Amino acid sequence: MAEPSTAEPDTVIATRALTKRYRGGQLAVDGLDLSVPAGSVFGFLGPNGSGKTTTIRMLMGLIEPTSGAARVLGQPMPRATRTVLPHVGALIEGPALYGFLSGRDNLLRYDSADPTADPRTRRTRVAAALDRVGLTAAAGKKAKAYSLGMKQRLGLAAALLQPRRLLVLDEPTNGLDPQGMREIRSLVRELASEGTTVFLSSHLLDEIEQVCTHVAVMAQGRLITQGPVAELAAGARGRLVVTTPDPGDAARVLKEQGVSDVVVTEDRVTGEPPERDLAEVNAALVTAGVRVRGFGLERASLEDAFVALTGEGFDVAG
Amino acid sequence: MSRAETTDGTDVTAGTGTVEVVGVRKPSPLWTLGLLRNELVTTLRRWRTIALLGVLAAVPVLVGIAVKIETSDGASAGGGGGPAFIAQITNNGLFLVFTALAATLPFFLPMAIGVIAGDAIAGEANAGTLRYLLVAPAGRTRLLLTKYATTLAFCVIATLVVAVSALIVGALLFPLGELTTISGTRISFGEGLGRAFLIALAVAASLIGIAALGLFVSTLTNSGIAAMATTVGLLITIQILDQIPQLHSLQPYFFSHYWLSFADLMRDPVYWDDLYRNLGLQGLYAAVFGTAAWARFTTKDITA
Ligand SMILES: Nc1ncnc2c1ncn2[C@@H]1O[C@H](COP(=O)(O)OP(=O)(O)OP(=O)(O)O)[C@@H](O)[C@H]1O
Ligand SMILES: [Mg+2]
Repeated sequence: MAEPSTAEPDTVIATRALTKRYRGGQLAVDGLDLSVPAGSVFGFLGPNGSGKTTTIRMLMGLIEPTSGAARVLGQPMPRATRTVLPHVGALIEGPALYGFLSGRDNLLRYDSADPTADPRTRRTRVAAALDRVGLTAAAGKKAKAYSLGMKQRLGLAAALLQPRRLLVLDEPTNGLDPQGMREIRSLVRELASEGTTVFLSSHLLDEIEQVCTHVAVMAQGRLITQGPVAELAAGARGRLVVTTPDPGDAARVLKEQGVSDVVVTEDRVTGEPPERDLAEVNAALVTAGVRVRGFGLERASLEDAFVALTGEGFDVAG
Repeated sequence: MSRAETTDGTDVTAGTGTVEVVGVRKPSPLWTLGLLRNELVTTLRRWRTIALLGVLAAVPVLVGIAVKIETSDGASAGGGGGPAFIAQITNNGLFLVFTALAATLPFFLPMAIGVIAGDAIAGEANAGTLRYLLVAPAGRTRLLLTKYATTLAFCVIATLVVAVSALIVGALLFPLGELTTISGTRISFGEGLGRAFLIALAVAASLIGIAALGLFVSTLTNSGIAAMATTVGLLITIQILDQIPQLHSLQPYFFSHYWLSFADLMRDPVYWDDLYRNLGLQGLYAAVFGTAAWARFTTKDITA
C-alpha cells in the first residue's frame, strides 16, 4: 500500500502513482508522483488538458482516483475529507456563486457548510475575508451583478474564510485585470509568509516565475519534472550571444570552436555554448580578428525550460 | 467517498511531523446544523420558491371565488362534480380547506415538491456550487440529509400555505360553524379545525415519497432543469398508470395510490387503515429512494 507522506515528514501533498481515467475512457492523469513541501509556493504548470484540474479534484476528494494514492496534510484522500478539508482553502476551475444571494450571503453559506466553523464568529470571519480581497464595498450586491474579476475575488474570499494550512488555487488570476493579478500575487506571498503552503495551477509562466518557489510541469497527464524553480530554469542551458559588426566571420569561428546551432540575426550571433571554457572561445574570436562588441550567456527563462519540456506546439493533446 | 469519512477531531498532523497545526478548533456537534438553517433560509428566499408558494396560495382563492359566484343565485355548488367537499363550502367555510387540499394534492403540491427536490443536488452541480460545498467540507451524507430535511420542511410549509390561505378565504366568504362529517355526525367547529390540521399533516406526509424520488433523480444528473422535469414527468406518469384497471396489482405500490385517504379523517370514527397504508408506503419510498440517492451521491465523481 502506498504511504507516500510517512517517508517525507514535511510534505503537504504527496501522491503515489495517482491515475485517473474518466468514464469516457479519457486518461487524464497518468501515474503522478507529486511531492509538495510544506511552506512552499508550488506552481503546477501544464498546457490545456494536461490534467491539472483533474489532479486537484482528486486531491480535494471530489473524484475518486482510478488507481494510486494521494495524501493531503498527511491524511489519505478522499477518505479523510472531513478532517483535512477544514484546513484547506480551494479555488477550483473558477468561482461558483449563488447569483441570487449577495456576496456576503454567499460567504455565509459556504462558511456554514463547514461543520468546524463556529457560528458565533461567522459574520466576523466573513467580513474579514471580504476585506482581504477588497470586496467590502460590494458585499451587499447580488453576486449575479458581479464582474468576472469580482466573482474571482469572492471565490478567493471563500477559500480564505479560515486560517488555512494549504491553499489550492486553480488558475486564480483568470479574468483579472493586471492590477488584480498583482494583488493576487502579493496575497499569495503574504499567505506564504504566514506559513500557508500554496498550490497554484497556471499556464501563465511569468506568474509562476514571480511567486513560486517550486514548480511541477505536466503534459498529457504525466509529470515531466518537479523541483525548485531555480533548478528547473538552470536545467535549461542558456545561449551564447555574440554581438559583432562581423557576423559572418564570427559564425565561422564559433563553429570551429564547437558552438552548435549557430544562428545569425543582423549583428547578433547566437548558439549552444560548447563544454569548454568560454574565455577560450572569446580569445579565438579576437585572434581571428573578429571585432566583438558583446559576449555573454543569455540566461534561460522558465519559458524556455517549459517549451523544452512540453514541446513548442500549441495543440491540445486529445 | 463518505464511505469511511473519519470523525472530526482526529489529529490531522498524524504522520506529517513538522507541519504545524494552525488554530486548533474544537467544533461543537450543534454547529453541524448551521448548514440546515442556511439551506432553509436560502431556499425560502429564492424567487422560485416564493412563486411556487404564491401559486399554491392562489388555488383556494380561485376555488373560493368560483364557488361564491356560482352559488350567488342560491344554486348549490359542485352539482355532483368537482373536488371532494366542494358542495359543503357554502354552508361552512372550513370545507374550503378540505376542498383546496383535495384540489392541490394530485398535481400542484407534488409538482412544487418535485421542483424543489429535483433541483436539490442537480441545481448545485449545475451552478458549480456543489464542489465548493463539498470542499468546505459539507460532507456528502450531511449535505444529502440537509437537502432532504429541507425538502420535507417545504412539504409542510407548502401544505400549510394551502390550508391557511383556504381557511382565511373560507372565513371571509362563507359562514363558519358546526360541521357534518362524511359519516353524517355533527362535530363542533373547534374539532373541525383540529381535523383540518390533521388532514394538512396527512397531506404533507403524502409528499414524503415523491420528495425522496425527486432527490434520487437529482443525484443522477448535473442539470437542475432535467431533474425537475423528470420528477414531474414521473408524477404525471404514475397518476395516469394509477387509472389503468389492467395494472390493478401494481397500483398499491404507486406513491400516489393512497393519497386521497386523508378524506377518511373526516369520518366519525376516523377510518385509519388507508391512512396507515399511505404512511407505510411513503416510508418505503423514503427508505428505498433515500438509500439509492445516498449510494449514488456518496460515490459520484463531482466534475461539474
Ligand atoms: N468530466 C470529464 N469527463 C471526461 N473527461 C474529462 C473530464 N474533465 C476533463 N476531462 C479530460 O481530462 C483531460 C485533462 O483535463 P483537465 O481539466 O484536468 O486539464 P487542465 O490541465 O486543467 O486543463 P486547463 O488548463 O484547460 O484547465 C482532458 O483531456 C479533458 O478532456
Ligand atoms: Mg483546468
